[in-house]
Amino acid sequence: MHFAFTDEQAMIVETAQAFFRENASSARTRAAMANDGIDRALWDAFCAELGLSGIGIPEAVGGAGLGLVELAIIAEAAGAQVSALPMLGSLAQCAQAIAAGGSDAQRESWLPRLLSGEVIAGYAHDAGFVADGNRISGEAGFVAHGGSAQVFLASNNASAWIVPADAEGVTVTPLTTMDQTRPYARVSFQGAKGEPLADPMAASTAAHQAAFVVAAAEALGGAQEALDRTVAYAKERVQFGRPIGSFQAYKHRLADMMIEIEQARSAVYWAACAVDEGSDEAPLALHAAKSFATDTFLRCAGDMIQLHGGIGFTWEHDAHLFFKRARALQSMLGSNAWHREQVAAMILGEAA
Amino acid sequence: MKLGFSQAEEAFRAEAADWLQGQMAGEFRDIKGITKLTEKPERRKEWEQQLAAHKWSCIGWPEEWGGRNATLAEQVIFAEEYARAGVPGRVNHIGVELAGPTILAFGTPEQKARFLPGIAGGTTIFCQGFSEPNAGSDLAAVRTKGRLEGGEWVVNGQKIWTSLAHISDWIFVVTRTEEGSKGPKGLTFLMMPIDQPGIEIRGIEQINGDAEFNETFFTDARCPADSLIGSVGGGWQIAMGLLAFERGVSTLGQQMAFRNELDAIIEVARANGSANDPLIRQRIAKAEIGLRLMRYGALRMLSNTDHSRIDGAALTYKIQWATWRRNLGELAMDVLGQAGEVTGNPEYEWDTLPNLFLYSRADTIYGGTNQIQRNLIAERGLGMPREPRGDL
Repeated sequence: MHFAFTDEQAMIVETAQAFFRENASSARTRAAMANDGIDRALWDAFCAELGLSGIGIPEAVGGAGLGLVELAIIAEAAGAQVSALPMLGSLAQCAQAIAAGGSDAQRESWLPRLLSGEVIAGYAHDAGFVADGNRISGEAGFVAHGGSAQVFLASNNASAWIVPADAEGVTVTPLTTMDQTRPYARVSFQGAKGEPLADPMAASTAAHQAAFVVAAAEALGGAQEALDRTVAYAKERVQFGRPIGSFQAYKHRLADMMIEIEQARSAVYWAACAVDEGSDEAPLALHAAKSFATDTFLRCAGDMIQLHGGIGFTWEHDAHLFFKRARALQSMLGSNAWHREQVAAMILGEAA
Repeated sequence: MKLGFSQAEEAFRAEAADWLQGQMAGEFRDIKGITKLTEKPERRKEWEQQLAAHKWSCIGWPEEWGGRNATLAEQVIFAEEYARAGVPGRVNHIGVELAGPTILAFGTPEQKARFLPGIAGGTTIFCQGFSEPNAGSDLAAVRTKGRLEGGEWVVNGQKIWTSLAHISDWIFVVTRTEEGSKGPKGLTFLMMPIDQPGIEIRGIEQINGDAEFNETFFTDARCPADSLIGSVGGGWQIAMGLLAFERGVSTLGQQMAFRNELDAIIEVARANGSANDPLIRQRIAKAEIGLRLMRYGALRMLSNTDHSRIDGAALTYKIQWATWRRNLGELAMDVLGQAGEVTGNPEYEWDTLPNLFLYSRADTIYGGTNQIQRNLIAERGLGMPREPRGDL
């Protein structure tokens, strides 16, 4: 029994936190928001210099090995700063899918370019995609960072294809998105030629597992940072002759945030560990982590606004970045009610 | 970071589970599944002794005092298997989890020899005399007085919420031994035999008709001068040290007992069709998730040897489980519907689930109310300025 970071993992925590704290500044994130939602310099530095982009990808194909626990550590640190990066779509979904379900040639061809940041990929999943040979048709409405992707991994529940964004029959419509750090695009495939993955089920499973963990870990990092920034504010802001953090009505809300966050932390690392260890608990843990951690984030981001008073409602303050990211994480990858229904089905069985 | 246990630890789990399940299927099957602290106390004292006879009573203690020197992981496993087997809670849990560890940590060699064998052996049942009518969560406000008279401490005052005092042999009492002292100063921690003319115990009937708590009155109650733990006036330190033992391994066993409660709700939901209600399904899923997160939170707390990092997280545990269980009680009643309003027992005795609904209202109060817990978390865990206080 050692449900705590190893020394190596603790080092990754430190490195990743320092990297994102230093580089993913509010100013740079806002500049990216005004553009396509990607801080290119940060993405290049993350992929090329930090050497952590290949976490969860086998070393044989250019990855860093390691597992979802380490991927969660990275996503948590990135999420804490609401970093504007295509980590979820490009690395957690597409690279994981190709690593798990691609042929050797596909892995060798795509993974090094995805991990180096040279190519950005978007994950376009829709059960309604239809295939005619290698040509696919259909539309995915909410592809994260889809407007910036050079390639898509298109999948329905039975098949998956790699489709270059400039292939004939692909139309990408960037959308104005509430969370500007991860804008969506609508991607339409009309008889577009795709390259099928060898094992679509393995690809889809890997993409889902990594995406749930990354979303939950981002939420955990964001929630903790929302708390930390609010705590700092509560100590310095004086009203009625004393720091506002000395008022019970205020400190009880901070305490409630911390109570939720500590549970979310258990959820994220339980899920990541369960997948890494091939535990039977993994499916339940993944649904638990995605739903619990992202609910926690919205609550904490909402409290961050409230506890900052008027300044927390302004565009100038970063609270809205957290709040919008939190809502996006709740909405994406299946609603949290859906995730809880999966849990209910596991323990209660389907409704009679 | 890993979730699983080693092969040797799993072997220990199998050994513990076998023995516990064997006992609950055999000689002690009459106490299996009891959830009320007050039920069948005499049989449960015999159970304490049975545990001791097979060296399962205090497995984390040193071998010289009847323990097994069990590792933390083994204690975790034993606590889980204990509850999983449906074994009732320890009638001497105050002795085993609080008084014993306190004496091990702060007692003299003579005190260890005097108390530990009886606690480990299940023949010395302890209760706790901390709270007073005007000093619940504010322990520093205790007014019960102790004075040294000849070779004895003489104690006067009143304690309240003394769980199981009526079936206990000993009580440890925080007393004010320095005339005019205030707050945490001038307190002394005394061990007192209960069966004496100076101590009177009155049961307090509670919300569910049961009476596990008592008022305990001290009128020139006596104990020998050497019955104090620590030093005269140093009782606060001992009390705080003791409270730190409270958030130990037993939390894991508690969760397995919660597991049994949630399983009982799931069973009812399946049987009466409420398992088809989408809202009930959401709440059951939330309860399931919350339970799992408690387990992994506790494992995280116990695994982390860097206490500077984990202390804040550990502070959140009490309010987490208490609130979870209160919600579980409400869920139980919603699943039961009106059937939960009626008992077949004319004595106002309740089955597990309605009793859970009623009893769980105490969970968010005893051991520090949710409000006190939030203050602790904010002040100790997050470094918020203290609320302005009176004499502290």
